[in-house]
This record gives sequence, structure tokens and C-alpha cells, in this order.
Amino acid sequence: MGVSLSVPTRRRIDRQRLLDAAFRATTQSFALGVLVLLGGIMVALAAGALPVFRKFGWGFLTSEAWNPVKENFGAWPAIYGTLMTSLIAMLIGIPLALGIAVFLTELCPPIMRRPIGTLIELLAAIPSIIYGIWGLFVLAPFLQLTVQPALVSTLGELPIIGALFAGPPLGLGVLTAGVILGFMVLPFIASVMRDVFATVPPMLRESAYGVGATTAEVVRHIVLPYTRVGVIGGIMLGLGRALGETMAVTFVIGNAHRVKTSLLAPGTTISATLANEFTEAVGDLYTSALFALGFILFVITFIVLAAAKLMLLRLEQRAAK
Amino acid sequence: MQARSNVSSWLGAIVIASVSAAPIAAQAAEISGAGATFPYPIYAKWADAYKTKTGISLNYQSIGSGGGIKQIISKTVDFGASDMPLKPEELDKNGLTQWPMIMGGVVPVVNIQGIAPGQLALDGPSLAEIYLGKIAKWNDAAIAKLNPNVKLPDMAIAPIYRSDGSGTTFIFTDYLSKVSPEWKDKVGENTSIEWPTGIGGKGNEGVAALSSRTAGAIGYVEYAYALQNKLTYAKLVNKEGATVAPESKSFQAAAANADWQKAPGFYLLLTDQAGKESWPITGASFILVHKVQEKPDTGKQVLDFFAWAYANGGKMAEELAYVPMPGRVVKLVDASWTANIKDPDGKPIWASR
Amino acid sequence: MTLYGRRRANNALYLALSWMATGIGLAILFLILWTLVRNGIPALRFGLFVENTPPPGSRGGLGNAIYGSVVMTAIATLVGTPVGVLTGTYLAEFGGASRVASAVRFINDVLLSAPSIIIGLFVYGLLVVPLHHFSAWAGSVALAIIVVPVVVRTTEDMLRLVPATLREAAVALGAPQWKVIVLVTYRAALQGMLTGVMLAVARIAGETAPLLFTSLNNQFWSVNMNAPMANLPVVIFQFALSPYADWQELAWGGAMLITLTILLLNILARALASWSNHTS
Repeated sequence: MGVSLSVPTRRRIDRQRLLDAAFRATTQSFALGVLVLLGGIMVALAAGALPVFRKFGWGFLTSEAWNPVKENFGAWPAIYGTLMTSLIAMLIGIPLALGIAVFLTELCPPIMRRPIGTLIELLAAIPSIIYGIWGLFVLAPFLQLTVQPALVSTLGELPIIGALFAGPPLGLGVLTAGVILGFMVLPFIASVMRDVFATVPPMLRESAYGVGATTAEVVRHIVLPYTRVGVIGGIMLGLGRALGETMAVTFVIGNAHRVKTSLLAPGTTISATLANEFTEAVGDLYTSALFALGFILFVITFIVLAAAKLMLLRLEQRAAK
Repeated sequence: MQARSNVSSWLGAIVIASVSAAPIAAQAAEISGAGATFPYPIYAKWADAYKTKTGISLNYQSIGSGGGIKQIISKTVDFGASDMPLKPEELDKNGLTQWPMIMGGVVPVVNIQGIAPGQLALDGPSLAEIYLGKIAKWNDAAIAKLNPNVKLPDMAIAPIYRSDGSGTTFIFTDYLSKVSPEWKDKVGENTSIEWPTGIGGKGNEGVAALSSRTAGAIGYVEYAYALQNKLTYAKLVNKEGATVAPESKSFQAAAANADWQKAPGFYLLLTDQAGKESWPITGASFILVHKVQEKPDTGKQVLDFFAWAYANGGKMAEELAYVPMPGRVVKLVDASWTANIKDPDGKPIWASR
Repeated sequence: MTLYGRRRANNALYLALSWMATGIGLAILFLILWTLVRNGIPALRFGLFVENTPPPGSRGGLGNAIYGSVVMTAIATLVGTPVGVLTGTYLAEFGGASRVASAVRFINDVLLSAPSIIIGLFVYGLLVVPLHHFSAWAGSVALAIIVVPVVVRTTEDMLRLVPATLREAAVALGAPQWKVIVLVTYRAALQGMLTGVMLAVARIAGETAPLLFTSLNNQFWSVNMNAPMANLPVVIFQFALSPYADWQELAWGGAMLITLTILLLNILARALASWSNHTS
């Protein structure tokens, strides 16, 4: 550095260095803020949930009671409903999403790929409250009048699984909520699957076609195994959304704090319980029970989403190689 | 850098605008209340008329009696509304006072094809058994016995109840407890109970909506909801064995014998009253306010509204088949306002009229 | 049947199922849109935008709800976007592959898909309980928390797309790092970042759960941010579940408005993104 700088220039350079450091520090603190936010949410929920866990202990998770007046609370019906509706949603959403992803990557004429892909993604953009009112006004009556009586008279008669379809067809209930959820998560899973299918090296695909494989065989034996981790990641992403979905479920689940074997029975989920009861929870224990439900939901979705993210990350790293 | 300073100046403008709007908005007077859905139709009508007359808005959130009690206790609203009166001990514990504002009837509504409003008759015990899940079909013998001339279908009954904390539930289950020892034993009466069976709807609105939408449903709603939504209501057999239809006449008959003077804190229940014409599931809806008003001006505005409603709201109430409080009760309430509601210095904010 | 015949039949079956799946997906979309339009159009009149939510049985509109939604969405975007942009900048420009940055990216993606009702619960505990009243501020904060992860993600992706040559050219001219980022990189990625903001707006415009216990609802016109404020999603929630025909009609009208706005924003964002891809 043989150049001697004038004092004003040196001062300007120093000032810029300071601004550089300040800018970097600002962005870093905001980034750390994201971590603090997540921590804050967990702490707030846990703190709110503490009283009810202190009173009922782990029994809170298995109890089926829900009596706000006698202050006896149990999370099991809500947890069961959350898991059951999400399971049904997966059973409906995964095959449909797979079909759509295969269509968009293998079967669709290239010109139609963008428009149809966009349309499917618009399904994801529709707010969940719209799914909810559509479910209440259109799907539930339809199911009550056609599909549910058919299920009761056919599958309901069979020995073991008949219990799943017993009871009067009410239109509202666990099954309807699961169907609506399935429609809701379908676009998310489909778009992840589509992105993940696109990472398959063309050479792999083409060599399979080259030895005479059919499209279905290429998907089953080449694409899916290659993208296995990403597909599971996408499925779990969809599962994470289904578990936490509130509005679509609240309209059609029937609001019953009960666990019944029949899928046609009304039930409740954690988020539906929160949406319905939070503003009127009288008493600290009641509010605490609701916070506890929120905490349980947060833990469940956090685990599922974290696992999904890890899987998708692994696939991205593999594709980058 | 240009973009950043533009954003910050916009932000600043909005912050200043909102902060300066706040005191202006506060001057456009608004009283807030929350609670029972039972009286919501008539409170909404009164609020509309009052705003036309005085310009003061009444923001009433109909979130259920349970919510009303919670909100007034945590002081997030100016008054709470509940169909379940608080017992005097509970009132004292929370520093509240209550008074009955309006009376009405809870009616069972059904959704059976071919059955017209007022055609079906039920009695207390059979109603209890339906909600206990013991009577599961509409053509059950017990229902058929009460309805010899009605063709009842072989359809499953879908009982609809309130999923939220509800004073209407309290009135309904109080009646069921009085007429069915098994109900009283197994379930009891309260704003929120563990229903043995059925689907939950939010608010009187939710139960009315679900009942009209679900084939084979039975629900319980405040009568104004059945009227406004043209629901199929059922008749009931009352204490004297007479089958009565829900209407102003039968609600007033039930209310006629109520002795409000003897009820401390106005705690009085009107279910299963004597009298050949009485409707068995009648109840009053109460207003709750704090005894010590931290904002005496708002407190006075709340009382002004309800005094106006007592004096001028009777006709509107009767149009919706509610029963206005009789004059002698209004006098008692007026006296209780002067006696109980004070500003932080201990001075009453209401001068008896 | 020969092995080849079986394979072909199998293939035909699975491909037919794929076509059917896509058909079902598209059918659901059109069914929902058709239901919205058919039930929402009767509610469309000028009064829908200027009159306030009525008590049941009277005529009215969604004016106060639309205002509340617009205001809270705007404030949430104004608050959440800078936070998201700065965090995304850190991840793209400074953090790289460091442990902290990876952790932030990971947590951000989790927050992206977290149930929004949990966010509402959190803000309730933070801003409603200590202040003893619901407020539009609390509602805006809840929505802002939902905006942040979306903007972080798109900002980082867009900033990464800016070619290194642009940055290097600026540095070669002697610009300090912060000027490189703010004056060069931001400008280059502006369209992409705007797309991200539009997607975030589309996302929060339809969110109901976080507003249920933060801003609550208000049947009158209110500009007081410190009090409950009407908003479209909660009004739709309340009106759709009611038995009143006029309220249900307003609910459908509001639902149609929200959905069309969100779909429009999504399509515009996509168009903007692909336009910026072609010009950059």
C-alpha cells in the first residue's frame, strides 16, 4: 500500500466500513430474530399450557373428558380427530397428487404444461375458509345424500371395517373433514412432487425408455426410487399443513368432543377446538387447556415439518451433485 | 437508499395517521358488549334504532353467554350478556352486578320432511331421552304416542347442541334436569356440558343453521331464530299436562308468576313454570356490568342505552316474540343501578328515575 | 395375455388414473370457483363496498370489513416486508452456509408452514392479554408474522439469482459492500422480490385463524387501530355459519371478492416473475 490517502478520503473509507458493519449487524440481528420468534412462540405456548399439565399430568393427553364447567379437560378427542382427518386427507391427497405430478411431467403436451401447472397451483392459493364454506354448503349435503348412505349400506355391512361406516349419515363429521383436507393439501404435495420429479437426470429416464420400458414402469422403477426422499418430504409437508389446518375443518367437523370408531360421526380437531372455543374460555384452567392443545399441535407439526425439510434438503444436495 | 427512505416516510405517515385517528374515533361514542346469542336479534334491532336516534353505536359481539361472562370479567368489553344468571357469590367475587333485560322462549326445532311448524309434539322426558341418545329414530314409540295423527318416518335423529358456552344451553338443560332424573344425574345443567351424542353448532345461529341443513335434525334455539329462519318448531307438553305452542302468549304466561323481588341479585329461573298456558322452556337474558365503573362516562352511556331500551324497546321486542320485562321489574332494576353501580370515588353514576 | 400385453395394459391403467387425477384436481378448482361466482354474484352491488355489515334482516354491505382487511394487510406487509428482506439479505449475502444461516433457513421454512392459528394464539398472549383488549394492531402483527417467512424465502432465492459478475463489477468500482447490496443487488432482484411480496399479500389476505383472537370483529365502521376491527375473513366465518339468508349472501360475496383478489395477485406475481426471468 504505497498510496498515501488524504484525510477526507480515509475518513470516507472508514465511514463506509462502519456502515458496512452496521448493515451486516442489522441483517444478522433480524435473522436471529427469526430464531427468537420461534423460541418465543414455543415459550408462550408452553407457559400457557403449564397449569393444565400441572393439574392433570400426562393423563391430559389420553383423557376424553371435556367439561369446561367441572374443569375436567382431556386432549384425546382433539388429538384423535387431528390425526384421523389428516390420515384420510393423506389417503385421498397422495394418490391424486401422484397422478397429477406424473401427468404434468410425463404425459402432458409441453404447451399445456404451464397453464395446467398454474391451475393446480391456484388450488393452493384458495384460502382455507373458502374450502370450509364450500365444504359446508356443497360437499357435506352431497355426501349426506349420496356417498354416505352408499357407504353405510355397502361397506357398513362388512364385518370389521363396517364399524368405520356405521351410524346415521349426517354429512358433517370426520370423513367429510378428511375429504376437504385432502383436496386442500393435494396441490402442495403435487407441486413438490412435480419439482422433485424434474430433478431426475434425463439420461436415467431416457435409458429406461431406451430399453423399452413403458411410462408407468419408468415412473415406478426409475423416477420414484430416485426421488423417494423428496417425495416423502413433500408428503410430510402436506401432512404438516393438514395437521394444522383450521378453517376448512371447523366448518364441517361437527364439533363433538367424542371419539367414535365410525368415520361418519362428528368429532373435533385441535385447531377446530381452538377456533370455536378460544374467545369464550372462562377460567384460567380452560384457557390453559386450550393453550395446551395449541402447544401439542405446534410440537406435532414442528416434528413433521422439520423431518420433511430435512428430507427435501437431502434430495436437493443429491441433485446438486 | 432512495427506496428505503421512501418506505420509512410512508410508514411514519401511516403511524401518525392511525395514532391521531385513535382519539377522534374514541370521541365517536361506541359502547361494546359481548355475550349471549339468545337476545342478539333484539339487541341488534335496538342498537340500530338507538344509533339512528342518538348516533351512539353499540358494538355487540354475539359469542355466547360463556364468552360474555369471560369478556366482562377481563374488562375487554363495557357490558356482558348472559342467559345464565350468575349466583350472588359469583357476582360478589368478580365485582359484578346483573339485571334481567328481556325474556324469551327456547324452542325445539326439527327438520323432518313433511312435518310443518307446530305439527310435532314432544314432552320433557322424551326430549331428554333423545339428547341422551336413547331414542334414536323419529318413529320411536315414545314419540309416536304423543303424535297419533302424524306420520313419522323411519329416520335417524341427529341431535344438535351448542358447541360454545351458552346460556341457552343452560336454560334448556335446566329444564331437562327438572323433567328427567336420569338427565340430571348423568349430565346436569350448565352453559357447557358433556353431550352424550349429537353435533355441535356455534351460537343460536349455528344450531339454527345446522338444524335447517341436516335431515332428521333436532335442535334447540331461542324462538326469534325459529321465527326469522322459518324453522319447524315443535310443541311441548308442560307441567300441567297441556300441550302448548311456542308464542308470546305462552312465554308471557310462564313469566307472569315470576317473583323478581324475592330474588337476590335477580337470580331467577323460569323453566317448567306452573300454569296451563305456560311454555316450559322460558328464560330471561341478563346484562352484567362491573360495580365499580373505571370509566364512569362509558358506564353511564351503557345504562342510558338500556334505560332507553326498557322504555322504548317493548314493541320491537314483541315483534320478535320476546317478552319485555314488566314495569315493576324495571323499577327494581333502576333502583339496583343507583345502589350498586358507582364510580371509583364511590358516587353512584345513575340517578333513579 | 403375454407379458408385453400385461405391461401395456398396466401402463394404460396407470396413465388413465393419472389423467383422471388431473381431471379431478381441475374439476375441484372449477367447482369451487363456480360455486363462489354463482353464489357471490347476487351480492355484487355498489352498496357491498360502501355500506357496513348489517344486523340480520337489514340490507348492508361489507365496507367496514373490506377496509379492515385492507388496512391490516397493508400494515402487516409494511412491517413484515423489511424484516423479511433484511433477513433474506443476511442469508444470501452474509450468512452463506454458516451454521447460524442454516439454522435460520431451517426454522424459517418451518415457520412458513406452521399452523396460523398458533400464531394467533401467540399474539393473543403477547398483545391482547397484557393490554386487556383486542385490537387491529394485534391482528396486523399476527399477519406480519405470517408475511416474514414468505418474504425471507423469496428474497433469499432472488438475491442468489443475481449474477456474481454484477456484484463484482460494483466492488471493482470501489463501492462498499452495503452499497453493492442496496444499490445494485436489490435493484437487480427487485422484480423477484416484489413477486415475493405479492405472494405474501395473497397469503395473508385470506387468513382467518390468526385474526380470530387478535382483531376479533366489529359490526360498525371503525378506524381505531386500538380496538377490534372488522375484517373480511372473520365476517365470512360468522355470516356463513348463520341461518340468515342475507348474511349468507354477504358471506358468499365476500368469499368471492377475497378469492378473486388472491387469484389475481397470484397470476400477476407469476407473470411478473416470468417477465423478470425473460428480461434479466
